[in-house]
Amino acid sequence: MKYTDYYAALDVPRGASADEIKKAYRRLAQKYHPDVSKEPGAETKFKEVAEAYQTLKDPEKRAAYDALGSRPQGEEFRPPPDWTRQHGGNGAEQFSFEDIDFADLFSRFGARGAQGSRGGMPGQDFEVPVEISIEDAFRGTTLSLSLSMPEYDANGQLRRVPHTVKARIAAGAIDGQRLRLPGKGGKGFQGGRDGDLYLDISLKPHRLYRATGHDLYFDLPLSPSEAALGAALEIPTLAGPVSLKVPAGTSSGRKLRLSGRGLPKPRGGAGDLFAVAQIVVPDTLSDRERESYQRLAESSSFQPRRHFREEEA
Amino acid sequence: MSIETEVLWLDEHRVVSLHELLEVSGLQEVELLELVHSGALPALDAAGGSYRFSARVITIARTACRLRDDFELDTRGVGVALKLIERVRDLEEEILRLRAQTPVS
Repeated sequence: MKYTDYYAALDVPRGASADEIKKAYRRLAQKYHPDVSKEPGAETKFKEVAEAYQTLKDPEKRAAYDALGSRPQGEEFRPPPDWTRQHGGNGAEQFSFEDIDFADLFSRFGARGAQGSRGGMPGQDFEVPVEISIEDAFRGTTLSLSLSMPEYDANGQLRRVPHTVKARIAAGAIDGQRLRLPGKGGKGFQGGRDGDLYLDISLKPHRLYRATGHDLYFDLPLSPSEAALGAALEIPTLAGPVSLKVPAGTSSGRKLRLSGRGLPKPRGGAGDLFAVAQIVVPDTLSDRERESYQRLAESSSFQPRRHFREEEA
Repeated sequence: MSIETEVLWLDEHRVVSLHELLEVSGLQEVELLELVHSGALPALDAAGGSYRFSARVITIARTACRLRDDFELDTRGVGVALKLIERVRDLEEEILRLRAQTPVS
């Protein structure tokens, strides 16, 4: 297994007092806790900080950790045999260092003490962020998740066990949707219930559509003549192209609603699709286009900034 | 090992009992009830004297448990933090909604 420097994770010296360790943890928890932090990589950083604190705040675990000595972060090592005898707990004779990671080594301390009083030890819950495309949210999709979970085997040995969990996500998931897969987290031990797996769904950015809840928005570029005169256009939807009538006199920013063409809702119905009009002009004009625009400018009585004068008056 | 499994949507269409919420959240009953009474955890009703909740509340209750454990907060502190987190989430959703309506270029 790879050595983890818990003192470095909390940014404290090896001789730090319990109070200094607690203060360092609180400072870093406020900075990186995933429920309150938007820092990039906050969740990973918080896991490192929390793992370090779980061990260093407990005198027995800290003594066992210190007995491993100071090593370079990430160095491959095995605890020496006498360490296992001195710190391995009641199950030391069964302690295996295969297929476990550094956090498992120390979580075992409290775990073995807690088991057995009522209903065994429950399995660990896991929360996994999952990103799906808007097309998958529209049609539904089957996820195949490869997870490595710490589990106790029949002999009470903790091991990392690979699992592949297939989950059918029905159409209608939206950004922020949470899903629960009961019993698909870590296995319980000695009759404890199996943990749950929670999926936190987010939608990948799409080249056309922007999702908010079950509604979708996309930009609809219009030429000045299409905006002024109106147009019948073919536009893309997730179910295929449909025709859209752009009313004459459509200004930029106007939202044209296509009812029920957004993302489906899990219990029936669907959100709406909104085309947001944007009037665009060519970067360069041909001589003929320029003449046409000049004639239009000379003949038009349209005053787009009349409200400026009204405000002055 | 490959497992095809059921998927429960944690949304407003599914209702969970107080017992189920306690089981999946890791909160103690006295803590959960204090959070309900303070308004930090919204209950649907108290059918037959026992609270029922939208399954959405599972996410909030699990957050409460994490805040309690990770920040060593008491229940009042957890309640305040939950309300602030909910306000931030509402504001973020409003920003996302406005961004979705705003042309990219």
